[in-house]
Amino acid sequence: MNGDRVVDRDRPALADPAQRAAVTNSAVAISGASKSFNVGTPGEVDALVDIDLVVAAGEFVSLIGPSGCGKSTLLRLIANLIEPTAGSVLVTGKPAARARADQDYGMAFQQAGLFDWRSVVRNVELPLELKGWDRRRRRERALEMLALVKLDEFVDHRPWQLSGGMQQRVAIARALAAAPPLLLMDEPFGALDEMTREHMQSELLRICAEARTSVVFVTHSIPEAVFLSHRVVVMSPRPGRITHVVTVELSPVRTVDTREDPYFFGKITQVREALRGLGASTDDELLIEQASRASHAKER
Amino acid sequence: MSQIARRRRAGSGRAVRQVALFVLALAIAAALWELYKATGPPEGGDVLGWRILPRTSDSAMPHIWDMITRLGDRERPLQASSNEIWRVVLAGGWYSFRLALVGLLIGSVVGVGLAVLMSRFGVVRRGLLPYVVVSQTVPLIALAPLVASWGGRLHPFGWEWPRWLSVAVLGAFLAFFPVSVGTLRGLESTSATSLELMRSYAATWRQTLRRVRFPAAVPSMIPAFRLAAAAAVVGVVVAEISTGLRGGIGRLIIEYGRQATGDPAKVYAAVFGAAAVGMAMAGLVAAVDGLVMHHRRRPETT
Repeated sequence: MNGDRVVDRDRPALADPAQRAAVTNSAVAISGASKSFNVGTPGEVDALVDIDLVVAAGEFVSLIGPSGCGKSTLLRLIANLIEPTAGSVLVTGKPAARARADQDYGMAFQQAGLFDWRSVVRNVELPLELKGWDRRRRRERALEMLALVKLDEFVDHRPWQLSGGMQQRVAIARALAAAPPLLLMDEPFGALDEMTREHMQSELLRICAEARTSVVFVTHSIPEAVFLSHRVVVMSPRPGRITHVVTVELSPVRTVDTREDPYFFGKITQVREALRGLGASTDDELLIEQASRASHAKER
Repeated sequence: MSQIARRRRAGSGRAVRQVALFVLALAIAAALWELYKATGPPEGGDVLGWRILPRTSDSAMPHIWDMITRLGDRERPLQASSNEIWRVVLAGGWYSFRLALVGLLIGSVVGVGLAVLMSRFGVVRRGLLPYVVVSQTVPLIALAPLVASWGGRLHPFGWEWPRWLSVAVLGAFLAFFPVSVGTLRGLESTSATSLELMRSYAATWRQTLRRVRFPAAVPSMIPAFRLAAAAAVVGVVVAEISTGLRGGIGRLIIEYGRQATGDPAKVYAAVFGAAAVGMAMAGLVAAVDGLVMHHRRRPETT
């Protein structure tokens, strides 16, 4: 991690209700959203209940919770890959469907999901191609993005020739190619080893600061959530709802030292306590227990 | 790019090994043939009361070298003007090859078209797929006269439907099946993540088909085309026989087969011709495979 890179961002004061009302200015504004699957059948599941969440422009928000708490469902709701059963979802001030049509967000998943029939640069070009950019302009932009994720040397490689971390960087470059104001990420670093993961976290912060992108980030890892986020949203399972929101006020410049900062540890404990206090069923408890033990191990 | 170069080198090594294995397999088959001919019961034999061991007489199992030398003889030994058998077989093979190629092309267009329709519309898929499967149980020899007579009655825009086209269509009838099933499987094998990604770009169905579903389907389409190529050859040869079209391998098989009592080695010349046509078609598909999959990671199971 390069300590000299400045992550300069105005910290949004979301605790302030007046600010909350400024929904039009926000990257994401969800109010009273619920999502049920298999409605009207015996297999009906309430995945999300009564979700209120506002993500300010430029803000980094993580969603964390045990498996089955609906955090991925919430992300897909924002992406308009699924429709809410009730409530409203606004993305960059527009209905989510409109925002999707306008490609107002970029998305990255746990699997990089690159197409092995396209070279690296052509993978990054894909969203621009679909937007109807001409060949030269999109090549220029794609090369710019690959430089941003420091992969300029691998432009003509095939995705399968790259390591997992490099593939994930290509996926991030692709997600950012159309310069979307919002980035939606679903455990993008989940399949990476710990060292690569920490490196990618720093890179992500740097890139998003440069591009001034808002991020909604789904993760299982407490330290990852705390390290990256302005706010960590803690969710409970069955039905999925937001139980706690932990605000992290780390210095905007996050370095290796940040990971050893007592404040950082304090926040990790706070998130862990929030997860533990969910009154979850025993198997969820076990999951949380495992998650926290794993994160303990990571700190050492 | 060194990785690709290395793969290419490994690819050519693999090709050499494959040719060597093919020659070896041929030699083993020939050796087994001669071994059985030398040691088997001359009038055939029973196994557990079933009469399954073939006779080893020269009329039932001619020697390999007789089959080969026969290729160099004249088709009609008494007629000095007649061509060598290998020339006749080669010409017949070339004719059948072209018909099979037309059949494969028609079958591919129809097969891919059906697969696209079936993957797009669940109704079409549920309604059509059983018929696609059932179509292959209709015996080709029952269908051949029908198609030939329909063809004879068709005069679109004053254009005469040539007889060979009926034969090619019958080849296509066998070829479209593996193509449609394989392509459908390929189109549906696209990963959920890829489709979600395209959805997040608000990509249209056609954009997704062209940029994701088709490329993702290629690895399962290639083996389907290989099957279809072989099926087209079988279809064309059988259709030549049952419609009585002259000029191809099918006709030669019938003609030489009639002479089998007096000249048993001659039939095999036509059989070799049919096999050569099949291999030429398979080789063509393999070449296309090489072009299309050039830069791609191959599935481990090939």
